[in-house]
Amino acid sequence: MTQANSNKIKDSKADKIFYAIIYIILAIVLVIVIYPLYFVVVASFSDPVYVNSGEILLFPKGVTFVGYQKILEDTRIWQGYFNTIIYAVGGTVFGLAVCIPAGYALSRKDLPYRGVVMALLVFTMYFSGGLIPTYLVVHNIGLMGTRILMIIMGTISVYNIILIRSFFSSSIPTELQESAEIDGCSNEKFFTSIALPLSKPIIAVIALYIAVAQWNAYFAPMIYLSDSSKYPLQLVLREILAQTNTGTEITDPEALEQLNTMAEVIKYGVIIVSSLPVICIYPLIQKYFVKGVMVGALKG
Amino acid sequence: MEIAKKPLRKKSLSKKPKLTPEQKAAQKAKTKLLMKKNWMLYLFLLPVVIYIFIFNYLPLYGIQIAFKNFNSGLGIWGSPWVGMQWFEMFFNSPRAWTLIKNTLSLSFFSILIGFPIPIILALMLNSLKNERFKKFTQTITYMPHFISVVVLVGMITAFLSPRSGFIVTLLEPFLGERIYFMGDAKYFDAIYVLSNVWQSAGWGSIIYIAALSGVSPELHEAAIMDGATRFKRIFYIDLPAIVPTIIILLVLRCGSLMTVGFEKVLLLQNNLNLAQSEVISTYTYKLGLLQSQYSYSTAIGLFNNVINFIILILVNRFAKKLSGSSLW
Repeated sequence: MTQANSNKIKDSKADKIFYAIIYIILAIVLVIVIYPLYFVVVASFSDPVYVNSGEILLFPKGVTFVGYQKILEDTRIWQGYFNTIIYAVGGTVFGLAVCIPAGYALSRKDLPYRGVVMALLVFTMYFSGGLIPTYLVVHNIGLMGTRILMIIMGTISVYNIILIRSFFSSSIPTELQESAEIDGCSNEKFFTSIALPLSKPIIAVIALYIAVAQWNAYFAPMIYLSDSSKYPLQLVLREILAQTNTGTEITDPEALEQLNTMAEVIKYGVIIVSSLPVICIYPLIQKYFVKGVMVGALKG
Repeated sequence: MEIAKKPLRKKSLSKKPKLTPEQKAAQKAKTKLLMKKNWMLYLFLLPVVIYIFIFNYLPLYGIQIAFKNFNSGLGIWGSPWVGMQWFEMFFNSPRAWTLIKNTLSLSFFSILIGFPIPIILALMLNSLKNERFKKFTQTITYMPHFISVVVLVGMITAFLSPRSGFIVTLLEPFLGERIYFMGDAKYFDAIYVLSNVWQSAGWGSIIYIAALSGVSPELHEAAIMDGATRFKRIFYIDLPAIVPTIIILLVLRCGSLMTVGFEKVLLLQNNLNLAQSEVISTYTYKLGLLQSQYSYSTAIGLFNNVINFIILILVNRFAKKLSGSSLW
């Protein structure tokens, strides 16, 4: 953007060298970022024997889908998928329903004591009770091991509320609200029929933030869930990825050897299977993500 | 990040001039009227307030068990006070210093290497003329941000596997042998920090790119007229423009000096690298939830939180003095 005008002027020699260096550096950066991801894809459908011996570097060898076949047969993964979708969808709906109105209310300059509420919220960003006191609270209110807890825990973040507040205060002029008020428009009417329709970008951003966070959540489910039928995908994934196979009951050395060989390929396969939804929708939603960070950045 | 710095300052200013009793009464009446008129907005806030109260403020009440000998039968209130016993126990154990040292070294290297790279990346991307290449690079470098910690750690372990890991294979010609990186404590910090850079440098650059988009093109044009090269313009135009953003983010980052990516450290741990990879937060987790030493664990966690909070305040004050940018 800023360089649109400099296009007209011919680059000096120093600039040419400068750009050459930048392009080279960025090309290296791109390779470093892409290669590990590419490798996972290639390894996931290569012959386990080659994967295990480290012979695969650029192209798949002995293409096979046994890894994926084994993954699709694993009921734990299906169950995990199901649970994760519940937590992600439920959490997103809950988080939005709570945070959007709150962010709107905090953006209103004519709300007495909003500074107090804001300060109370911000304080929690910098000081927390810590692991055990939080754990005891969850335990005492009887939410331990429940799906409800997985849906609500972590879906309300003060950071998101601040983003929403910034969005409203920068995109909805006070005058608009004042004139609506003079015309007899109530607060809830203004929010639902004017503020909400104008806030689609921030809703998209926050929804995606929450959904991705829920999709990737690991620690909270690990400490608060004990029933494996409620495990989200990440917990199942960890189980599979951390498997060393030495503890299995198979005594036949040949079968064990085969299982060990398979394990590596399965690991790469589950990485793909579990990350696929996020990676697939990511390019479509990227512009919203960036917008979300921008709202926060420009205000800050 | 922008946390109410202006409203707060304004309030303290408006309070200074002494108001006459009539003015005060009028102000009070106005506040009351506004509260009455906007009662619906308080209803909008209610769910968040309840949630934050339960999940963030109720645990603060539980902090007192750091000074008690918690017994689940007696409850938080009923457990007997023991004073600073748990803190003394912690600081008298040789483990304390290892934990603090590990936490700080991990955090220090994360800032030293992880903080400047997104800035450099943003400056490079911002100077590109080819919009399509710029967009493409952004799309690719943001991607790892969406990978979960579990997957990332799975990838790290697989790539560093001494038998089949491709990183080991690529490094073999230079190092002369296949090194088991995950099995040696001395590589732990490097693994943690570099994988962090891989995952979040691109995403971290967004905020700087946003700040750079606010730089006036006229500044660049004038500099070009004066014969400044692109490289010089980065130093004299782009970089100064994002200094306030850099300072705020650095303050925030330093405020969590004693916090490390807990999940990732925990998942990367194994018996062989524990000497370097055991940090305060993972230790409190193990102590508290695996060994049920609630009080001891809470005490160590509280120590960590308080230090963090103090550092944040100090760094913020320092930044304010130095440059006028601060959190509040």
